[in-house]
Amino acid sequence: MTRPILEVSGLTMRFGGLLAVNGVGLSVNDKQVVSMIGPNGAGKTTVFNCLTGFYKPTEGSILLDGEPIQGLPGHQIARRGVVRTFQNVRLFKDMTAVENLLVAQHRHLNTNFLAGLLKTPAFRRSEREAMERAAHWLEQVDLVDCANRPAGTLAYGQQRRLEIARCMMTRPRILMLDEPAAGLNPKETEDLKALISHLRDAHGVTVLLIEHDMKLVMSISDHIVVINQGCPLADGTPEQIRDNPDVIKAYLGEA
Amino acid sequence: MSRTLKSAIFSALLVLVVSYPVLGLKLTTVGIGLRIEGATPFELWCIAAAAVALFLWQLLRDRLTPSWARLPKLPGVSSKTSNFLTLPSTQRWVILAMVMVALVWPFFASRGAVDIATLILIYVMLGLGLNIVVGLAGLLDLGYVGFYAVGAYSYAILAHYFGLGFWICLPLAGMMAALFGFVLGFPVLRLRGDYLAIVTLGFGEIIRILLRNMTEYTGGPNGISIANENKPTLFGLSFERRVPADMPTFHGFFDIAYSSQYKVIFLYLIALLLVLLTLFLVNRLLRMPIGRAWEALREDEIACRALGLNPTVIKLSAFTIGASLAGFAGSFFAARQGLVTPESFTFIESAMILAIVVLGGMGSQLGVILAAIVMVMLQEMRELSEYRMLIFGLVMILMMIWRPQGLLPMQRPHLELKR
Repeated sequence: MTRPILEVSGLTMRFGGLLAVNGVGLSVNDKQVVSMIGPNGAGKTTVFNCLTGFYKPTEGSILLDGEPIQGLPGHQIARRGVVRTFQNVRLFKDMTAVENLLVAQHRHLNTNFLAGLLKTPAFRRSEREAMERAAHWLEQVDLVDCANRPAGTLAYGQQRRLEIARCMMTRPRILMLDEPAAGLNPKETEDLKALISHLRDAHGVTVLLIEHDMKLVMSISDHIVVINQGCPLADGTPEQIRDNPDVIKAYLGEA
Repeated sequence: MSRTLKSAIFSALLVLVVSYPVLGLKLTTVGIGLRIEGATPFELWCIAAAAVALFLWQLLRDRLTPSWARLPKLPGVSSKTSNFLTLPSTQRWVILAMVMVALVWPFFASRGAVDIATLILIYVMLGLGLNIVVGLAGLLDLGYVGFYAVGAYSYAILAHYFGLGFWICLPLAGMMAALFGFVLGFPVLRLRGDYLAIVTLGFGEIIRILLRNMTEYTGGPNGISIANENKPTLFGLSFERRVPADMPTFHGFFDIAYSSQYKVIFLYLIALLLVLLTLFLVNRLLRMPIGRAWEALREDEIACRALGLNPTVIKLSAFTIGASLAGFAGSFFAARQGLVTPESFTFIESAMILAIVVLGGMGSQLGVILAAIVMVMLQEMRELSEYRMLIFGLVMILMMIWRPQGLLPMQRPHLELKR
């Protein structure tokens, strides 16, 4: 049994009198795909926001590789390798697709001021490598033809893929996808599924997924966590979840 | 009928209310007192005529509009030319041509013209600096003149108390202003949009008031003057008429008669050099990772954080670099003026620099140059001085109608993926 890469316990988030998330626990093993499902407004995105440092959780602990990361600012959590996409795509719309990917590499580039000013060989090399990496990932998500187009002009499905590629540029360990299949057609969803499996198998990325598309969730997840009204409801393999009476009740209502 | 009539009466009344006190009442000094003088009949008739004209215009506007549409439109720029003009490569060539002209021109121009050109160059430098903060990083800074003041005073104080020369003070002044930008930026950059604008406005004023009140060090409202021996030199050769006996002078070295023309041209060339360095800096920054990060941060701060970019550091870098450019401009301004006083650094200067950036087109370097020329020319038209603000307002209105994106906006240079 490998040690979990991400371990969340007793996560609670309170907005004034509203208890958005209450005692959610989560354990993600390396190179797994873990999905979080639940009805609308169950608090899934709030959990994401807590994990990525956009909210400071009221209570609970988040351990990344055994180290607590709760309460750290978002960019520091991202630097530790936890990177997310957003429910409504957040690309840099006026920048081209390839520039979106370059920005994401910022941390790995030569940002030495003088080097950039004088265009030293080291700076040129670093920029060239960044461009190559960006080209590589554009190829992976099948966007090479749109490389020099402003990201805002891409089709919705392309924007979704670009956002995933942009996350991959930061060389993450955990990729958190917030409803990546929302607004995609069945063909695109199928491609997305292949992409996620590819990321896990070929790039060793652990994926944490929020998704409403049950077909996708059931077919790709190693583990599923169900949240209802902020509280953990069930947790298990896809088969276990499918047959869980509580889950069926939460989704379909009392018979 | 009632609505048009109402608005017509209202407009006519507005004309009377606004123009009578402004044009009809005059304050004249009599001894040590002031006396209010009424308007001459001619002025009163003018005001009345204006009110009637506006009344009629408002009343008949609906009927006049169709015929109005048949008049030729304002000369618009076709989208193709506009696209060509806003390409970074085009603008680069235009700037290069302008620099060529600027290099040769002062040797044939009059002293006054060169002097004004020097002033324009100072504003170009300030505009380019503020352009980094406002145009590239999207941080509305209304207190930019504060850093300009820090640069000017750094040079003046270092020269006055420690006897340092211009060329040593120039980088020191830039660094000092950068330091101020850094320190002030820390608390301020947590704010966004309007709040940031207000707080930077406050800081700009605080710096000026501080300079005015630290009388022991800064000379208060009288300012500090810079001794001739500390003014800019060409490899140690002074351009002043009167210098200490052991100091070599330009006219003495080449054994020619003294002329103040040399000094003016020399200062102009220094300003041109500084502007060229600034242009180079901005051009490189645009193509560096930090430039891309500014752009990204301006578009979506949350996405930036999710990608591990530290927003504070990135904003602070823009603020600091912008401030240091203001510092360079400030120390050069002090050298040209020979005297710094707090009154040179009022809010209206900040507004002027911001107007240059906005008028020129956010992010555009050529635009900033053109706008600086226009604005300084407007400021320097002595014969029109009374109507300056009027013309300024007119320019702004025309711009809003005709080119809301600025005189000459620039498309950002995009990095392309080549296959």
